[in-house]
Amino acid sequence: MDRIPILKVGDCLLVTIQVDMHDELAMSLQEDLTMQIAKHASRGVLIDISSLEIVDSFIGRMLANIAAMSRVLDAQTVVTGMQPAVAITLVELGMSLPGIRTALNVERGMELLREFIGRDAEAEDVDGAEE
Amino acid sequence: MSVFQQIVRTHETAILNGWMKEISIATRRSDLMNDAEMRQQSSEFLHLFTEATQVSSEVRSDAFAAAREFLKGVAKSRMEQGFTASEISMFVLSLKQPVFNVLRDEFKGDASKLVTEIWTSGDLLDKLAMMTVDAAIELREQTIARQQEEMMELSTPVVKLWDGVLALPLIGTLDSGRTQVVMESLLSAIVETNSQVAIIDITGVPTVDTLVAQHLIKTITAARLMGAECYLSGIRPAIAQTIVHLGIDLVDVQTKAKLSDAFKIALTRLGKAVVSIKNHPAARAEEQ
Repeated sequence: MDRIPILKVGDCLLVTIQVDMHDELAMSLQEDLTMQIAKHASRGVLIDISSLEIVDSFIGRMLANIAAMSRVLDAQTVVTGMQPAVAITLVELGMSLPGIRTALNVERGMELLREFIGRDAEAEDVDGAEE
Repeated sequence: MSVFQQIVRTHETAILNGWMKEISIATRRSDLMNDAEMRQQSSEFLHLFTEATQVSSEVRSDAFAAAREFLKGVAKSRMEQGFTASEISMFVLSLKQPVFNVLRDEFKGDASKLVTEIWTSGDLLDKLAMMTVDAAIELREQTIARQQEEMMELSTPVVKLWDGVLALPLIGTLDSGRTQVVMESLLSAIVETNSQVAIIDITGVPTVDTLVAQHLIKTITAARLMGAECYLSGIRPAIAQTIVHLGIDLVDVQTKAKLSDAFKIALTRLGKAVVSIKNHPAARAEEQ
């Protein structure tokens, strides 16, 4: 069975979805991703869906789930490159994906993740200094 | 073949003269059309009408095709000249009087025959008149549809204010059809220009009801999903009151009273600022 590759970039994970998502693929991605986050103790997950042209409510929910799962594992999720048609479809389906951060492209997404991770690190430093 | 067709053919010239007189009394618009043109049109139609009646008495038949086409042409040209729909229908209806006159002269003394013939010819002319009005109205509807389409395109411009900042000044009432166009053009502009911030300005939107607000929220959410931030500006005091009274939730949306305010926070968001070049070190360096 096909699997979507998950690339490790520093303390972030990079997932680019380049094939049509079917339900099984989405489920396996969820599993693989949580495994990888736990394994590498990643702080950020970037999902690029710029080549994704068709979405349904299931895929939308999957994205929301991945974000929620990552958050539980202390990793930020950024979804990048959503096509206008996909965005309109999701909104019309009533899925505004409130828990997900978004960016226009992978570059911006990485910047965003670095910002979050950097901020967290600073916060930890401050905590450490107080002790 | 009934008698009236033959009579019309034999008295074609008399009818034309009578008709011209009738037109000059009833619907003459010398400000819009000159006599020669009118006479030429009338005689051409009368000829087509006479020819057609020799073959058939059904206006939808092939025999009347030429007459129908001609009337369509007349309706079109008169619409363009500024005639009203009733004036256009009078062009055909005023032909009744001279035709009836000829029939009356022909059937002196035979009342039942006269009525039958008047009915046949009157019915025919009425149908042709209705057809002309239909054609005129259809033309007008086409014009309206075209204008609506043009307005739709004209009224949804997406402008670039700065690198990474788009503005969408909305003007006029928002309905679902228009919002769809607005949404699509904004989202594709965001992708094209790679913009992080979009400002929707509703200064030109006369009323905001729940439907319009919902459309706006949808657009803003879709833009956010794509990774662009959306600000709403140009909210007039009256509209702010309406929004609160209707219980519309705009908590997740960054709103500003003026476009300039929204532009300011957009620049801040991008880490830029507008400064006065007076006393600014960079400007001073340039002067020297």
